[in-house]
Amino acid sequence: MKRVVLIPVLLLVLVLAGCRLGGDGEVVLGGACAGQVATGITPDSVKVGGIYPLSGPASAYAVVAQGVRAHFEHVNAQGGVDGRRIEFVVRDDAYQPARALEQARRLVLHDRVFALFQTLGTPSTAAVREFAGRRGVPQVFVATGATQWGADGEHPWTIGFQPSYTAEARVYARHLARERPGARVAVLYQNDDFGRDLLEAFRAAVRGTEVSIVATRAYEVTDPNVQGQLANLAASGADVLLNVSTPKFAAQALAADAAMTDWNPLHIVNGVAASPAVLKAVGVAKVQGVVTAGFQKDPGAPEWADDPGVRTYLAAMARHVPEADPRSQQVVFGWAAAQAFVRVLERMPCPSREGVRQAMRSLTEVEIDMLLPGITLSTGPGDGFPIEAMRLARFEGERWVPFGKVIDTRS
Amino acid sequence: MLQQILQGLGAGAGYAALALALVLSYRFTGIVNFAQGELAMLATYVAWQFIEDGLPYWVALPVTVAIAFLAGAVTERLVIRRVSGEFGLVVTTIGLYVLVNALASLVWSSTLRVFPGPFPDAPPGLAALGAAGLAGLVLGALVLVLRHTGLGLVIRAVAADQRSARLSGIRVGWVLAIGWGTAASVGALAGVLLAPALFLEPGMMTGVLVYAFAAAVLGGFGSARGAILGGLVVGVTETLAGTYVGFVGADLKIAVPLVVIVAVLVLRPQGLFGAPLVERA
Amino acid sequence: MNAVAAGRRRVAVGQVAGDRRQVWPWRRTALAAVLLLAAALPFVLPPYRLFQVTLVLVYAVALLGLDLVAGHGGQISLGHGAFFGVGAYTAAVLISRVGLPYPLTLPVAALLAFGLGLAAARPALRLRGLYLAMISFTVAVVVPPLLKRLSGLTGGAMGLPVPTPDDDQVLYFLVLAVTVAAFAGVRNLTRSRAGRALLAVKAHPAAAEVLGMRPATYQAHAFAWSAMYAGVAGALYTWTVGFVAPDSFGLALSITMLAGAVIGGLGSLAGPLIGAVVVLALTSEVNPAAPGLVSGALLIVVICLAPTGLSGLLRRAAGSLLRRRS
Repeated sequence: MKRVVLIPVLLLVLVLAGCRLGGDGEVVLGGACAGQVATGITPDSVKVGGIYPLSGPASAYAVVAQGVRAHFEHVNAQGGVDGRRIEFVVRDDAYQPARALEQARRLVLHDRVFALFQTLGTPSTAAVREFAGRRGVPQVFVATGATQWGADGEHPWTIGFQPSYTAEARVYARHLARERPGARVAVLYQNDDFGRDLLEAFRAAVRGTEVSIVATRAYEVTDPNVQGQLANLAASGADVLLNVSTPKFAAQALAADAAMTDWNPLHIVNGVAASPAVLKAVGVAKVQGVVTAGFQKDPGAPEWADDPGVRTYLAAMARHVPEADPRSQQVVFGWAAAQAFVRVLERMPCPSREGVRQAMRSLTEVEIDMLLPGITLSTGPGDGFPIEAMRLARFEGERWVPFGKVIDTRS
Repeated sequence: MLQQILQGLGAGAGYAALALALVLSYRFTGIVNFAQGELAMLATYVAWQFIEDGLPYWVALPVTVAIAFLAGAVTERLVIRRVSGEFGLVVTTIGLYVLVNALASLVWSSTLRVFPGPFPDAPPGLAALGAAGLAGLVLGALVLVLRHTGLGLVIRAVAADQRSARLSGIRVGWVLAIGWGTAASVGALAGVLLAPALFLEPGMMTGVLVYAFAAAVLGGFGSARGAILGGLVVGVTETLAGTYVGFVGADLKIAVPLVVIVAVLVLRPQGLFGAPLVERA
Repeated sequence: MNAVAAGRRRVAVGQVAGDRRQVWPWRRTALAAVLLLAAALPFVLPPYRLFQVTLVLVYAVALLGLDLVAGHGGQISLGHGAFFGVGAYTAAVLISRVGLPYPLTLPVAALLAFGLGLAAARPALRLRGLYLAMISFTVAVVVPPLLKRLSGLTGGAMGLPVPTPDDDQVLYFLVLAVTVAAFAGVRNLTRSRAGRALLAVKAHPAAAEVLGMRPATYQAHAFAWSAMYAGVAGALYTWTVGFVAPDSFGLALSITMLAGAVIGGLGSLAGPLIGAVVVLALTSEVNPAAPGLVSGALLIVVICLAPTGLSGLLRRAAGSLLRRRS
């Protein structure tokens, strides 16, 4: 009888002592940077993990990883960052938050990455955020515009990159207030945090102006189509349609709008869905005059033909990831974010996760080649939004043509 | 409101077709073919591929239906034939469901594709009516064949009782294959009719399968007429409920068929046209 | 259900009847070895592997439940993922919104799942089994949108992060304890009079009815117990993974579990364990597009060629090995 009791007691003691063969594998620094964790970084390499929707409904965004990879390869070809080769591990989450967390766990515990460079999509990023925060792993320049990454004070390890949906909404609101006072806006939005984020920011931004929201309709990601919602919005007789949706539904909405010949609002498509591929799928002739807001250079545009940053970008893409389409704004985005990350690595006070965290939160007007002139990265205490400026563009012919000045929403 | 009803009829025609496919394969093998929707989806992808490669719509459609017929027949002979027992059969169809879905994702990826409707230049309400009319024509022809031709008689004999049919000298194996082939081609029709509204992607038909279940149950599982009528009713109900019933909204429309199924099974288990079921205590 | 007493009645054989041959107690040795190995794992494995083993145990509990319905009952339920989700969300909501200490969430999840299972089973099982398959398919499709709709409670489509126990070794032992209890529970259930009645009902419902058993009652109870097991497994899942999202608990999970149960082998105790490894492999290791191909193909192959699943194959192999030795 005594032996039976002894076993659980023995187990309890071992467990409480945290015994484990091989320890838990974390590397901790000493000296000036004492106590900081430096797993995944050595004097000649740094390992980062990215989680992208390589398959599933959002797989169109997988190409962001191509841009990232091209830039890291480009940097490696020139000797790396401070002599360190960047090893970029990409994992698929099929745009599902549960899977994103699973991959994050695998990257951190099994692959032992230094940092999580980029999770894509608000749900995936939110799912990983708690985990990253608890383990002290930087989750850098996440590929989603949700306002919460910058506004939240409780998750210092996570930071966004692109202009938030709030900034984007403010840009649209300012443009309408200036160019179309008295506009009556109908809004189609995805019924999740992304859609509501932009909608609420837009609502707040038009308060006090003569622009009014006359109708809003939501759709679920599981809906087969948005015909019903568009029909309802058309009935409101609005003269501006703000389309806050993801590519599949944006395409449906554009098609439905074009099909309704008796309703011709100014169709504003949010940045998430504004890739030329989406518009071409609907039919180029049907989407002339659609407006969006952007912050990146279009590598195919004639005005950047002699731009050194664009030239480097195109050459590197052709060399390292020839199968990618360098004119895709998603690829450009990947490249830009990767360059921003390299800047952060260069600015680390210590070669540790804590060092990355400090560097990413104290950027001062850092310039990135592929961003529009006048748009730089700035963060600081109380400001967790690296980019807050955008410029509007109109779809003419087969591409987006920018117009007007850069609108900075930082004020 | 009329617009919504017409749209509901258009969708309902698609559900009716898939429900008929379900009922057909049920009559032959005695089980629900969970893969019916996915086979229909695969056929629709084949049609899409033909159209992409330049074939005109009205040529691609019959060709696809013929291919679907062959595929259904082959599936029956190769896979279904080898499995015995209701449990094994249903699990096999579930396996097929998963397999076909994954196959489509692999070959065509999950990017959604635009699929043309049969009457692309007509206004939406009329186009829906036209699609429903087309489905009605094809299904009506099918019902005529089943009821008024020798082949139809043979098929119905096998569906009613395989053993006596075999004793009467009918080549049951061939008839089973024909039955599954027919079910598959009707399913293909459903897919082709519904794809323009749903946008072609591998997960397109899972929701439709649920609606088809409701339609088949409503019509009394086993009656062709019931399946068709059930499909139209479900289509209209779903569209109207989604637009006008507040709680349902667009996302919970899929709960409508569940409510229909439960209501039918509790209130009138044999559906509108079926024979009364023997109830176990 | 009069479990224990009925199961222990055995006819006198072997040494008791006078047979002096020494028979090595294979079963008991194997069981002891497995338990010893299980207890040693948390001190030997790195954190990620331990996490995976913990998940295997969680799925094993779920599959034990599914085995009750599918293996012993001969019914097809595609709603298992939904009950799993109910358990997972119950635990998640109780821990993160109500602040309940996590061990207490287990009985709550179990009771809720049992109740729902009983409520769902009674009407469905009065009719042909096909209707259970159809309705459970439909329920499985409806559950994710419903979870997303009740976003005030469930966190909606974004899911709900839940703080997990800090020490993964403690977590493992908790999960192991529940798993062992679950296995013992099923063993007692199937050896009881109710378990034998269930097998009789599965084999020949009409004959069973003639003998005085009411098939619907036994099947409904089996369904409720299986739902409870799924709910318990769901709560354990929340403890282990620390995150619940609506899309994780839809049709795909139910089908994967069914595939795991069938491939592992129905009607045996080892089947759910093997099946759990299959489920883990299908849900995480394989590229998201491929699990369909693998699970669909495996399912069809197993049903056609080896209906008793991998555990059945192993048992036959072990049996032939032992026979050759004696």
